[in-house]
Amino acid sequence: MTELALLVGQGFNGISVASILLLAALGLALSFGLMGVINMAHGEFLMMGGYLTYVTLQFLPHGVGYPIGMVVAFAGTALFGAALEVTLIRRLYGRPLDTLLATWGVSLILQQAARSIFGPIGNEVTAPAWLAGSLTVSSGPLAGFGLPLARLFIIALSAAVLALIAILIVRTRMGMLVQAVHQDRAMAEALGINTRNVDLAVFAIGSGVAGLAGSALALIAPVTPTVGQSYIVYAFLVVIVGGLGSILGTLFAALLIGLFSAGWQIFTSVSTSDVLLLVFVIAFIQFRPRGIVSARSRSLEEG
Amino acid sequence: MPRIENLACAVAMVLLLLAPLYIGPYNLSLLGRFLAMGILAMGIALVWGNAGILPLGQGLFFGLGAYALAMHLKLAALGPGEIPDFMQWNGLDSLPWLWDPFKSGAFALAAAAIVPTAFAAALAWLLFHRRVGGVYFAIITQALALAATTFIISQQPYTGGFNGLTDFSDAFGFTLTDQRTQTGLYFVTVIILVLVFLGTRWLLETQFGKLLRAIRDGENRVRFLGYDPAPYKVAAFAIGALLAGIAGILFTLNIGVISPAMIGVVPSIEMVIWVAVGGRDSLAGAIIGTLLINFAKDKVSSAFPEIWLYLMGALFVLVVTVLPDGLGGLLRLFIREPREESRKTLVLPVLVAVGDETRDDPEN
Repeated sequence: MTELALLVGQGFNGISVASILLLAALGLALSFGLMGVINMAHGEFLMMGGYLTYVTLQFLPHGVGYPIGMVVAFAGTALFGAALEVTLIRRLYGRPLDTLLATWGVSLILQQAARSIFGPIGNEVTAPAWLAGSLTVSSGPLAGFGLPLARLFIIALSAAVLALIAILIVRTRMGMLVQAVHQDRAMAEALGINTRNVDLAVFAIGSGVAGLAGSALALIAPVTPTVGQSYIVYAFLVVIVGGLGSILGTLFAALLIGLFSAGWQIFTSVSTSDVLLLVFVIAFIQFRPRGIVSARSRSLEEG
Repeated sequence: MPRIENLACAVAMVLLLLAPLYIGPYNLSLLGRFLAMGILAMGIALVWGNAGILPLGQGLFFGLGAYALAMHLKLAALGPGEIPDFMQWNGLDSLPWLWDPFKSGAFALAAAAIVPTAFAAALAWLLFHRRVGGVYFAIITQALALAATTFIISQQPYTGGFNGLTDFSDAFGFTLTDQRTQTGLYFVTVIILVLVFLGTRWLLETQFGKLLRAIRDGENRVRFLGYDPAPYKVAAFAIGALLAGIAGILFTLNIGVISPAMIGVVPSIEMVIWVAVGGRDSLAGAIIGTLLINFAKDKVSSAFPEIWLYLMGALFVLVVTVLPDGLGGLLRLFIREPREESRKTLVLPVLVAVGDETRDDPEN
């Protein structure tokens, strides 16, 4: 393989990783920006989405089964997220560090539950026929270079989800309420907005998107009880680099982190690139402590 | 500290010192190990309970201390010119330069204390002086624990990889397998635990400790009073790391092995729950929580390994929602303490809530 092909290949890998990170981080960024809550069980929502897709495919034929599995994954995790918000997270509002610990407990329980139900070994979700092959470049300097369809699908999916959420926030009445609460919770409340419902809706949607991410991830790797763990820390880093609750920032940060890791992996091992990534993040927040896109506000402690 | 608590501490100390008389060697070695972890837990009580910084990567500092000592123990077991077994298996034929100074026990001990402290101080300074705190800081420490473990595992020829470092024969001239050495080690652990307890308790009663609690309850108000909170937070975090390093030394001596699985993300966050169960701002609570959970883990997880994770998960949820002040808080409901400083007065929570709102405002 030529050097160009290697570079393009790693670039494609980087974007593919970035698109999964984006799906995983969107929900985190939204609920963190809105409620100041870090949900450590978010990775397990990913895992749950993967298993929901797997279970759906046990009952339905392949081909039609997978899209339905995605819908089930979204709806199932969104419902679970809503239930978690009502029963636990709502009680801990204003105590972000405590929320972090409590949701970690939830993640332990979910992981063990998955292990008890499905066993510790991964469950394969075979991609439907229309996603199985890969797109091969037929001529030019990259002839013979293949892009797996499943990964292309994931990139398209995360672009679509990103666009939908952007439209939801910018164009709809619900989005207006979300923006209002994000800007000034107390004022929004004073104007009669039911902020609890807004929190609930955002948390549920964020959870659903994580489920969707899990469903997409199942196409390229077996679903295991700990699949969430391997993505969640990077998703957190995306949120930190992206800036609180900014969708655009999350997009840039996901690309930055995905490409950074993929780029370094040309030269070093995965573990060394992990260490370098962390050094990069710490260096980055020296210059932009509030992330790529920082929300402007006149509240205390800015800047 | 009220007289009844002083009395309880004295009784506990006597009970600990007499432990070799009434418990068997297996449980004694468990107790020694857990008491070593108690030192680390007091560090978390200082950093989290008193300074309000949630550390999710204490395992890393613990590991730095533990590995520094383990490197010495590994070298001490060798004859002249030999290199550790795992290095041979991985094709090294001479000792890496980084390992060289660890032939000296004094160097290893000093490194085990200094490296974690200096590393923690540098990290904390980088983040706190840019006012990166709260959840951000917690997540970064967690990412650090993750990166450190994957790094150690990947550098197998130099670190022993996934299996870690083990098979020590003697430490500072004592044979580790000897029961008398084990008992002596237990006493050393108890004495250091008591010294750290007294030292940290003293520290928390000084102006420094008072400032830490002030920063925890309202960082901005501390700023308005003319203080820069960053150096205090850096100092607190560094002390927490020092205690973790010391715990790492004693733990490794007690158990005779250190591996990445003991210092990663999961053990690091479990350390926080020990302290949460005991009562996050109480030093004695931190030790009690550590002992309780670890003994419970030893008994339950050997009999019902599946149930243990459910229990642990439920514990995280319950302690935070139902018992945010842990067992110490439960106890305080019964023992009325004559302290003006308590957070549990009626007025203060309101002020604290206002302070919190500015601090944790999502806009920031």
